[in-house]
Amino acid sequence: MLSRIAESLFWIGRYIERADDTARILDVQTQLLLEDATIDEAQTCRDLLSCMGIEPADAAEAGVDMFGAVTIDQVLRLLAYDPQSPSSIAAIIGSARESARGARETLTVPLWEAINTTWRPIPSGHFEALRPPYIFSWVRERAALINGTADATMTRDEGWQFIMLGRNIERADMTSRLVATTALSSGAGQWTSALRASGAYDAFLRTYRGIETDRAAAEFLLLDRLFPRSVVFALDRAEQALVNLTGDPRRAGFQDEAQRLIGRTRAELEYRSLTDLVEDLPDEMERLQRTCAAATDAISRRYFAGSEALAWKGVGA
Amino acid sequence: MSTMFEGYGTTGPAYDEMFDGGGELRPPYLRMRDSLDKMSTPELISRVEALQASYLDQGITFDIGGEERAMPLDILPRVIEMDTWTTIEKGLQQRVKALEMLLADVYDAGHVFEDGVLPRQVITTSSHFHRQAATIRPANGVRVHVSGIDLIRDNNGEFRVLEDNVRVPSGVSYVMTSRRAISSALPETIAQHRIRPVAGYPQKLLAALRAAAPAGVADPTVVVLTPGVYNGAYFEHTLLARTMGVELVEGRDLVCRRGEVMMRTTKGLAPVHVIYRRVDDEFLDPVHFRADSMLGCPGLIDAARAGNVTIANAVGNGVADDKLVYTYMPDVIRYYLDEEPVIRNVDTWRCGESEAREEVLDRLDELVLKPVDGSGGKGIVIGPRADRAELDELRAKILEDPRSWIAQPVVQLSTVPTFVDGELGPRHVDLRPFAVNDGNRVWVLPGGLTRVALGKGELIVNSSRGGGTKDTWVLAGPTGPEQQQQQQQQQQTHLPSGAVE
Repeated sequence: MLSRIAESLFWIGRYIERADDTARILDVQTQLLLEDATIDEAQTCRDLLSCMGIEPADAAEAGVDMFGAVTIDQVLRLLAYDPQSPSSIAAIIGSARESARGARETLTVPLWEAINTTWRPIPSGHFEALRPPYIFSWVRERAALINGTADATMTRDEGWQFIMLGRNIERADMTSRLVATTALSSGAGQWTSALRASGAYDAFLRTYRGIETDRAAAEFLLLDRLFPRSVVFALDRAEQALVNLTGDPRRAGFQDEAQRLIGRTRAELEYRSLTDLVEDLPDEMERLQRTCAAATDAISRRYFAGSEALAWKGVGA
Repeated sequence: MSTMFEGYGTTGPAYDEMFDGGGELRPPYLRMRDSLDKMSTPELISRVEALQASYLDQGITFDIGGEERAMPLDILPRVIEMDTWTTIEKGLQQRVKALEMLLADVYDAGHVFEDGVLPRQVITTSSHFHRQAATIRPANGVRVHVSGIDLIRDNNGEFRVLEDNVRVPSGVSYVMTSRRAISSALPETIAQHRIRPVAGYPQKLLAALRAAAPAGVADPTVVVLTPGVYNGAYFEHTLLARTMGVELVEGRDLVCRRGEVMMRTTKGLAPVHVIYRRVDDEFLDPVHFRADSMLGCPGLIDAARAGNVTIANAVGNGVADDKLVYTYMPDVIRYYLDEEPVIRNVDTWRCGESEAREEVLDRLDELVLKPVDGSGGKGIVIGPRADRAELDELRAKILEDPRSWIAQPVVQLSTVPTFVDGELGPRHVDLRPFAVNDGNRVWVLPGGLTRVALGKGELIVNSSRGGGTKDTWVLAGPTGPEQQQQQQQQQQTHLPSGAVE
């Protein structure tokens, strides 16, 4: 497979997941602000922006003072609607479509059409007209359609592994952001909302037999080996994709840098005591995000060398 | 019964392909009219809307200045009867053979010059003549792997050659996608016909490209080379690569090592044997052509010369597209094949010849003037539609550089009913059939790209000038009334036309 195409597929996986997860995170936060009048809106918005990797300088460029009274409308502009803002859902879907267009001959026709029809409301202005929370459920549905179409129509070849790799690295990264914003949030019931945003609430209740605690919720989103949006599950899938790509039988150690980075982080999460983990969630989650960035660099060096590297705006390596 | 075709007024001297001068239906269109008569205009409009939306969803677009637009596809197909098509097919096969022989000759021995058929100067002064191509001998002798020779129908309904395109003719993707789209838009109409399928094109092309591989390569790797997503024909490049199951590469994916061409893959460099390039000669190899080009790959020409890679179509083919060379094609056909041309050229004056030039300059306001190296309708002046100042400017240009101009009478391209702004009207069309040469046989795709000028009375059909396309049906059976009856009986056992995907 051409390096350039492999890179595009990897990023399609990441972009679609990122659009999906950004919608989920925004959904939780807007709900909380609506439901709980005691929440400090400006502080919540600031935390949210910084968690999503928005630098004060970038926000200032878009006319938002991150040290001032940030409003949820400004957040929605930066993270959802404004195509000029690189972290917005509109921009991310645009990037996914651009990557798909450059790899069009390798995508199945239904997959291309699913991505293309998702993008079309953006240049036509229909996207902007959708209001929250409808827009979040629309994005989730489109992401589910795209992922489902990929699952149903692609052969499990190298191209598929790159999409999976991208999707799962992004999912680990974004779930960690969801956990971090939830931990920072001061509202009551924020963990319930986080579970709902992940589509995990029912599964969680069944797993923990109806006993809701913040600690159990964090554990579920971070460490559950059976729930597909948990960090550990996503890291495990990313490792699996890397193993499939190298095709080498596993003997001693790990030659592949990305595999080593992801595996080590997964093991650390799994073997650390939950009490330690929960004590300093935001810092732990930032460490995890750095691992995802470093692993992406390693993958780029190994597989995409020679084609121009795409840059991801967010937490640096 | 609807009255869809009532009030369809044919105008002027142009030949209308559906109705004759007396307003009577021509036989190939019998079934189509019958089937459309069962439909109301609002019904047709709703189908047109669905057709357009499906093109946008599928991303069947072309690019103008970085803006993606859906290719406008008219819902009414153009029908060509079997006998007419058989003649076109023969004429194209003949012309491609002659073009192959001409290109082989001008880049080698040059007999055609010595025998006085074509002045050497005509070739060497062509802006598309490349000495770099002189010592490259294609592995199976083919230079024109794909051709798209443009035809028009004159006032008498006779097909004539308008120009030769043997560099990188585009548009075949719209032939394949429009058949599929029209199948969904007019299923009952298409079921009434037996139409020769167009879906086999990618397989024919792939077979021809594999046959052109350097000798001794058992399982050649074919790639399609595109300038990238911002190229006007990018959609076509992706469709061809996908339907042939080969990689679509950009210049930056390729690298030349020791006279061989490789592509960058996730597992390192992999060899490439045949490049179906959709990049113009001048951008292919910065070592030999434009040093600033990022679209090609340094070393490509040397690799081709070393016989390690085949570039399709061959470098230097553009001399045959030169409109001055075009004027010699009837003689070229007689010279190499000892046959009369099956399809005639449009009558043409060469402004480089003094007698012809005199006449052209006298009659500027009634002729069409074309720059010889223009493509896509660029630089064309239609005399009767030009004002004084434009004609004076044109006169000065011709006198300054007469070699660069040819003149033709204003041929009213034939018209076909077209659905524009909610009503049917005659619109001018041309036809670009596609022929694939695998070295043994020239295969002609039945139909080809019908381009239609959507503006009323407009004669320039290029998509870059707001033209659209029509699905083009070549009937698989005869069209007389009795034969149609016979055909109807046979039809029970036949499936309608094939469609891609």
